Amino acid sequence: MNSRDRILGRVRRALADVPPDDVPYERAVSRDYLRQHGERGTEETVDLLAENLADYRAIVHRCDADALPRLIAHLLGERGSKTVLVPPGLEEDWPAVVGVTRVTDRPDATARELDRVDSVVTGCALAVAETGTLVLDGSPDQGRRRITLVPDHHICVVRVPDQVVSSVPQALDRLDPTRPLTWISGPSATSDIELDRVEGVHGPRTLEVVLVSGK
Amino acid sequence: MSATFLGMPGSPVFPPFPRAAHDAVRDTTLRGNLRHATHTIRAKRAAAVAEMPDWAALRAAGRQIKDHTLRHLDRYLVRVEEAVTAAGGTVHWAADADEANRIVASLVKATGEREVVKVKSMATQEIGLNEALEAEGIRAYETDLAELIVQLGHDRPSHILVPAIHRNRGEIRDIFRSEMGEWGRPAPEGLTDAPAELAEAARLHLREKFLRAKVGISGANFVVAETGTLVVVESEGNGRMCLTLPETLISVVGIEKIVPTWRDLEVFLQTLPRSSTAERMNPYTSMWTGTTDGDGPETFHLVLLDNGRTDTLADEVGRQALRCIRCSACLNVCPVYERAGGHAYGSVYPGPIGAILSPQLRGTTSEIDASLPYASSLCGACYEVCPVAIDIPEVLVHLRERVVEGGPVTRAGNKVLLKPAKGHAAERAAMRAARWALTRPGALRGGQRLASRTRRFHPRALPGPGRAWTGTRDLPPVPVEPFRDWWQRTHGGREAAK
Repeated sequence: MNSRDRILGRVRRALADVPPDDVPYERAVSRDYLRQHGERGTEETVDLLAENLADYRAIVHRCDADALPRLIAHLLGERGSKTVLVPPGLEEDWPAVVGVTRVTDRPDATARELDRVDSVVTGCALAVAETGTLVLDGSPDQGRRRITLVPDHHICVVRVPDQVVSSVPQALDRLDPTRPLTWISGPSATSDIELDRVEGVHGPRTLEVVLVSGK
Repeated sequence: MSATFLGMPGSPVFPPFPRAAHDAVRDTTLRGNLRHATHTIRAKRAAAVAEMPDWAALRAAGRQIKDHTLRHLDRYLVRVEEAVTAAGGTVHWAADADEANRIVASLVKATGEREVVKVKSMATQEIGLNEALEAEGIRAYETDLAELIVQLGHDRPSHILVPAIHRNRGEIRDIFRSEMGEWGRPAPEGLTDAPAELAEAARLHLREKFLRAKVGISGANFVVAETGTLVVVESEGNGRMCLTLPETLISVVGIEKIVPTWRDLEVFLQTLPRSSTAERMNPYTSMWTGTTDGDGPETFHLVLLDNGRTDTLADEVGRQALRCIRCSACLNVCPVYERAGGHAYGSVYPGPIGAILSPQLRGTTSEIDASLPYASSLCGACYEVCPVAIDIPEVLVHLRERVVEGGPVTRAGNKVLLKPAKGHAAERAAMRAARWALTRPGALRGGQRLASRTRRFHPRALPGPGRAWTGTRDLPPVPVEPFRDWWQRTHGGREAAK
């Protein structure tokens, strides 16, 4: 007998007490928890997102679509970044900055090459206000998972209010599980040393979020 | 079939809990570190939970989802296999630790690699994977900061979430200074004990390994049966490194980690971070379904691990321990854990959950496992904070009965009759005496009155086999008047209230 059959056989014997007409899944779980916490208008939801992002040490900026390229140029300049990585599908002219080399991610770019890049700019799939979370799903404007991980500085652009949901249940509703998903809440952090929170271990130590409104 | 191995490699025989705890409580540094850590996280968790007015409903839903999955686990296991395979992954089944280790070692060897990077994972610690790989000439690098501290310190983890909770910053600095060079990039010159500097040292040390790694090994917090999606919840980004940079990813996952549908994650992604690190959301969560062209590993293996879980499932009272989502909230509120520390439990699963999980996964025949159900004050705080409502005190009492009385249990899939444990003769005699007295109200009444009248002559410690009990406890004083007499006299306090 192989281990698959052995394990499944043990499970079935262990569950001899469970009647064949046991309560089906749909009725076994009561979903009377909230779909979101608190009543908020669109503006307030965006404000809550900004507040919770900042609470977890992300640096939050707000601007309209026209001012976005200028703001990104300013952020890269402020940090002294010489190179900025962009996913191939980021068509907008956001990081068109004088003095900064724009590097487009290639499928064969190694982790070591990414490690030499100063900053990365991406979009996102959505953002969750109640938890201050950005979700990336590997769409062309977000790129491979590794590009938002290896460089030390990540600028993530969120279109408000379209890309903002209130809560985790609402986020899962809108996401596609077949895509690789990365949920990001603030920069990399650890609490392993005396439970003191330290920002920045392996992921980007600086996370800047631009909430951009208007088209 | 080999016995279930549950971690703590290197020293296979552990003293029973009372002896280990006896030494641990005398270690003042350990107690100071633990007290600081557990009190900090306790207060934070309470605040994070208080933000959620529907906490009770989320907790109930979490319990129901897990219970339902466990009651139909065969069906969901098969569904996971189908979904992961359809998404481009390969599924392996491991009945015990040895088999899981053999599978992982042969998968690593097939890549031609001799080193792997690891995401912190309870399942791989449980099976002693690092040591098994070492024996095959493969070096496994732990990449979680706390696991790195434990690995460099030739130490054992003492907490589910923060395995180096027993170490303070000074100890960590000393370990980094003396050991990092042995494993790769040495600690920077003049490293101080500031947490930010220590984290930076770990970043530099580990980045070398991440950038060259060809094989990553992880566990998973959840596996979605409907879609074949695996979920890893973490903070540092070491998880993301191991899950996306290597060409091959191997995930070792206990069969109890399954949830039926994608939607079920809405419950656990709300309860797990708040219960474990007391955050609204942990910094990073990765979800992957098989492989994705051009993004992340090209090869993905899922090893489904039994290692005593089906035996636990066979116990109708004890199976609720398999609901555990490894948040560690029960450790942080437990007065026994706070004083004894994680090592005293002699298992990778310490604290209240360890006290019910380890004796079920491994059986209660060893001295350490027979002692674990007693490593509790039964105060119930663990049940209060558990986000999936595991009634830990109920299972503890159930396991105590099993230890004392013996009875039918399932081991490695077979029903066996467990003999009563040695050394519990006094307890069995006391239980028999209690049964006799409690079924004879007259005798009980007479005895209580006699005890009250002779209370001045009672010794402070019990003689005979009872001495062991009073060796670590004060004998409670007998009241002046038996409760029944007081009730009769006052009509249940109504007289006294007047």
